[in-house]
This record gives sequence, C-alpha cells and structure tokens, in this order.
Amino acid sequence: MLGQIRRPRLPSLDALRRLTPLGRREMRWGLIFLSPWLIGFLVFTLIPMIATLVFSVLDLQITHGILNPARFVGSENYQRAFGDTQAAKSLWITVRFGLIALPVGILLPLGLALLMNSANVRGKVFLRAMFYMPFIVPFVAAVFLWGGMLNPETGWINRALVELGVARGDLPQWANDVNWVYPTYVIMGIWGIGNAMLIMLAGLQAVPTELYDAAKVDGAGPMQSFRNVTFPMISPVIFYNVTLSMIGLFQYFLVPLVVNQGTGRPGGATMFYNLYLYKTFFTFQNMSYGATLAWILFLVILAVTLVLFATARFWVFYAGQNR
Amino acid sequence: MAPTPRQLRKGLRAGIWTTLALGILGLFLSPFLFMVFTSLKTPEQIWLIGAPIWPAAPAYFEYEGRQLEVFTVPLPDGTTADLAILRKGRQESVFVDPHNLEAGEIVWQGSWRALDRPWQFSPTWSNYADVWRLIDFPQILRNTTFYAIMSEIGVLISCTLVAFGFSRFRFPGRDALFILMISTIFLPATVTLIPTYTFFTKINWVGTWLPLIVPAFFANAYDVFLLRQYFMTLPRELDESAMIDGAGPLRILWSVILPQSWPAVIAVSVFHIVYAWNDYFGPLIYLSTKQDLLPISVALSRFNGIYGQQPQLIQAGALMALIIPLILFFVAQRFFMQGVVITGVEK
Repeated sequence: MLGQIRRPRLPSLDALRRLTPLGRREMRWGLIFLSPWLIGFLVFTLIPMIATLVFSVLDLQITHGILNPARFVGSENYQRAFGDTQAAKSLWITVRFGLIALPVGILLPLGLALLMNSANVRGKVFLRAMFYMPFIVPFVAAVFLWGGMLNPETGWINRALVELGVARGDLPQWANDVNWVYPTYVIMGIWGIGNAMLIMLAGLQAVPTELYDAAKVDGAGPMQSFRNVTFPMISPVIFYNVTLSMIGLFQYFLVPLVVNQGTGRPGGATMFYNLYLYKTFFTFQNMSYGATLAWILFLVILAVTLVLFATARFWVFYAGQNR
Repeated sequence: MAPTPRQLRKGLRAGIWTTLALGILGLFLSPFLFMVFTSLKTPEQIWLIGAPIWPAAPAYFEYEGRQLEVFTVPLPDGTTADLAILRKGRQESVFVDPHNLEAGEIVWQGSWRALDRPWQFSPTWSNYADVWRLIDFPQILRNTTFYAIMSEIGVLISCTLVAFGFSRFRFPGRDALFILMISTIFLPATVTLIPTYTFFTKINWVGTWLPLIVPAFFANAYDVFLLRQYFMTLPRELDESAMIDGAGPLRILWSVILPQSWPAVIAVSVFHIVYAWNDYFGPLIYLSTKQDLLPISVALSRFNGIYGQQPQLIQAGALMALIIPLILFFVAQRFFMQGVVITGVEK
C-alpha cells in the first residue's frame, strides 16, 4: 500500500476547463461516489486535525463539569509542555519501549515467514493459518490470556522456568516488576504479528525463483543469497511494516491502560506518552493541554516518518519501478 | 522400491524443519490451552502446589461411608496400583484396593507421605455459567452484535461506493485524492481524538452508539483500498456493454461489479466484524458511562477489575469473548488471508 504514496500530480485549472461535456459528467459521477469519503475526511480527519492545533493555542478546560470560555494564550501551552518533566519522561519511556518492541515486531514475523517459505517445511497452508489465527483474538482477551501465562505464582511461564531449571528463587514478577514490565508487554503483543507475517510471507513468495538460481550459479551461499536477493526483494514490505509499527508504537498505551490500570505502575515505568495525554484529557479534562501534547506527538511522528522515508533510498528496493 | 539416500536425507530434513515449526506453533498457541485448562479449574486447583497443569483433583474412594484418599503404591512384585488408604501410619499403612475389595486390607511398609497421588480429570464447567450470569452475557452479546452489524452496514455501503468511484471514473485530481486517502492510514489517530470527542460531547452523542456507528458510514482507507484493488481487476467490457444497454452507474455497480466481487466483499465484511468485535478504545471512551450498552471488550476488562483475583472466571470470560471471532476466522479463513495480502503487498 505504501507504494501508492508518491508526490501527487495536482490537477491544473486548465485541465478542468478542457473537460468535454462527457468528461464533466464522468467527473460529477466520480465525485458523487467519492463523497462519503470526502465528507468523512473533512469531518473526522481534516477539521479535527486543525481543531487540535487551534485548541493548543487556547486555554480550554472543564472545571467542575463546566467548559470554561476559551481564551487565546499563544504559545503558553507549548512552553508548559517543554518544561513538563512528565511529558519528557513519558516520551522517553515510549521511545525506549519502541526500541525493544519494534525489532521484535519485525524480526519475529520475518523469521516465521522465512521458516514458512522454506521448501523443507510441510503443511504450510495449515501453519500459515494457525500462526495468523491469534491475530483475530480480541485485544483484551489476548492480554488476559498472556497475563495469566505470565502470572508470577500460577502462570505457566514461571512454572516452565522452574521446571527447566532456568530460575529458582527470584522469579520475574513480570507486569509488577520495573525490570520486566516492558518484556511483559512485548510478550502480550506477540499475537499481533500475524498480519506482518502474512504480508512478509506473500512478499517472499513473490520473489522470482530465477533470481535464486542466478545467485546460486554465481556461487552465493544461503546468507549471501538472503542479503543480495531476498532482503532487497522484500524490503518494500519490511519498510511498510516498520513504518506502520513505528507510528503505532508512538501511540502505544492500551496495554498499560488495561494491565496496570493506567496508573504508570510499577514505579511510573508505564506512563507512556499517549497514556499521559489520555489522562490529561479524560481525567483532568484539560483539552488545550491535551491537544498540545497531541500536536507535539504528531510532529514527532511526522519527523521520524520523514527520516524513515529519507533512509528508504538506501535500503528499500522497488523492482523495476513498477508503479 | 527403497528410497535412495538422497530422498532419505530430504525426508529427514523436512521432518526436522516441520517438527521445529510445529514446536514453535505449540509454544505460540499454548495460551489457548492455558485458558481452557484454567477456565475449568476451581480456585483450589489453581493454587494447589504440585498439581498438574490440567484441571485435576486428587482421587478419592468411598469405603464404608468414609472418603479415602487414593495413592499410587509400589507393590512387591514391581508393579504399582492405585490403592485407597484406610489407616495412615509412620512405618506402615493399611490400604484397600478399590477394584478388588475382596482382597481385604493390604498392609504396606513405608511412608505414605512419599507416595504420589493419582490425579483425576475434574473439570468445573460451572465457571462458564457463573461468568454468563455475572457479566450478563446475553446483554453483552446483543450489544456487541448490534455495534458490529450496524457499523458493518455503513462500511459496506460507503466503501463500495467510494471504491467504485476510485476504480471506474477518470477525472483530474482523482489520483491525488487517492494518495490522500492512503496517507490517512499513516495519520496518528491521537491528533484527531480530542476535538472529535469534544464535538460528540457537544452534540450529546457520548453515551450512545452514534459516535461508533455513524463514522463507519463515511468509508475508511483500508477497506476502500481492498475493494478498489479488486474492482480494478474486473474487465471493463461488461460495464461498457451494460452502459450501452442504458444502465446508470449505480445499476452497473449493483448488477455488474458487485456480483463479481464477492471474495473482496466477504473479506471486508469479516475484517470489519472482527474489528468491531475487538474494538476496545472506541466503546471505552464513548460508552463507559452506560453499563447496559457495553460491548464485550470493555465489559471483559471491567469484569477483570472486579474478579481479577479469580483466574478461572477471567479465563472463562476471555474464552467467551474470543470464540465468535475465532469461529468467523475458521469459516472465512481463505478470504481473510487474501485480504491481508492485498492491503499489505500490492503496490
């Protein structure tokens, strides 16, 4: 889907003027059919986006259930945000967690896709469906299943650690342990890899076998063949998944909201940026400061996305520019 | 004919790799087993030290009006037998054989404390009934189904229309609009949340279904993309001949395009049902004040807040929450997976 994004060619007024009556009719019908999306885009995306920006330069809060009259405050909210140690800390927590979760979220599905693409594995159709299946489990249910597995006293994971002789006395306390809470969240998210795995597998299956044959003729081993054939060929798919995961991870907060009740426990380690934003808005009903935090997050994500797109030149390979 | 060494090696390699894949799959899916086992336990069974992972109860035998504990006793002839203990002693104990009462009392030398107890499969089905009642499951099922079906109607109508517009009409600016639509997939939802919520509060929609259902009628990029990619593969000749016969655009969509597109329509339908079934954040912010409107995901997390100390109920509830998406997945599996691939790989 990412391949669709490129600099749009905007229509010139001239082109509109040159339309024949038939072309004008076609345009009218086209716009009528697009209208649900056009209206939805305006009402649910563009206007709210602008409103977020407007809110962020106002003082807009609800105190005692009453919306105070809005007042223009200029950059006051932004000044507050830049001096807000909790916001900075939360952003750092989000980035640190992302640096753990993103590689897992890419390498694990890639590994599974490679395994499933191997000529040595039988029953691929079955395996593919079964590895994808947990993706459709409701997020709350998946969190409770893995939460049960990771329960320090009654869960299977600690039990396995004891029975395998890996750990004895001081077992990880998982979600209640500052040192283990991020791995806990990563494990709880593991069932979300099905989508990425399927997409990567489809990417792998689309690599023409002649390329592998040619690499073999040139004397390439499996590692070289991966580096010079497989990886370049599936790099657009990996890029798509990295981009979407990155954007999702910057907004990560539902798991801490459900697992640790959005308290930031243990020790404030789970006060993710979006959770802090959520609390600012829904608990403290400060709309303008919430909007400021949202707009800052948007700019951060936009900046990282642009950097990611800029790096794509060096590692993402679009075969034959088939656009 | 005996297999050649080459075939043997190949078979062996396939065996090893397939076993590895199955092993990973087993670990990956083990929480399902955990869920089923835990949901069938009593609280005592969950906390019992040394108990097996499956819902097990120590065996008892009723003998002359008494409940006797059963142990696995090694016999002098080297075999073992499950015997019921009649009198416990430090040096020797007295047992009876439940399967052979005529044998009378059996005296056994040794410490009974060192003996294993045979475990009997002992599921507690009532956990499901408890959750059903405590969470008011029929109500929640109605709520979730209502949300899923109503928004499904919106998604199908709007996304089909928009996808038709993008695939069958040529006009200046169309491609720019299409790129704009695809870009919204990468737009962080957080940046639109606060004004949208404020707006719904202002028009008194918070606490109703409307904020969840109405936006579904305005199309979304994923489903439009999927349908549009499918429509593009259909030959235009059929549209054109219908047009010559005097059919208008809506008629062509309804009688020419849609009858050929059912795989894509099914994919979008199951995607959306599963999405709505699993949606947590939307119902959380718009319905949390209305206990009687809650769909399953929010209800389940509330339930966890109250009964979090009773894993058997939580796991039973989780099973009841995931069973319907799971069934849907297995029924429509093929369309599902094709749909994922279209949105992810197509350029």
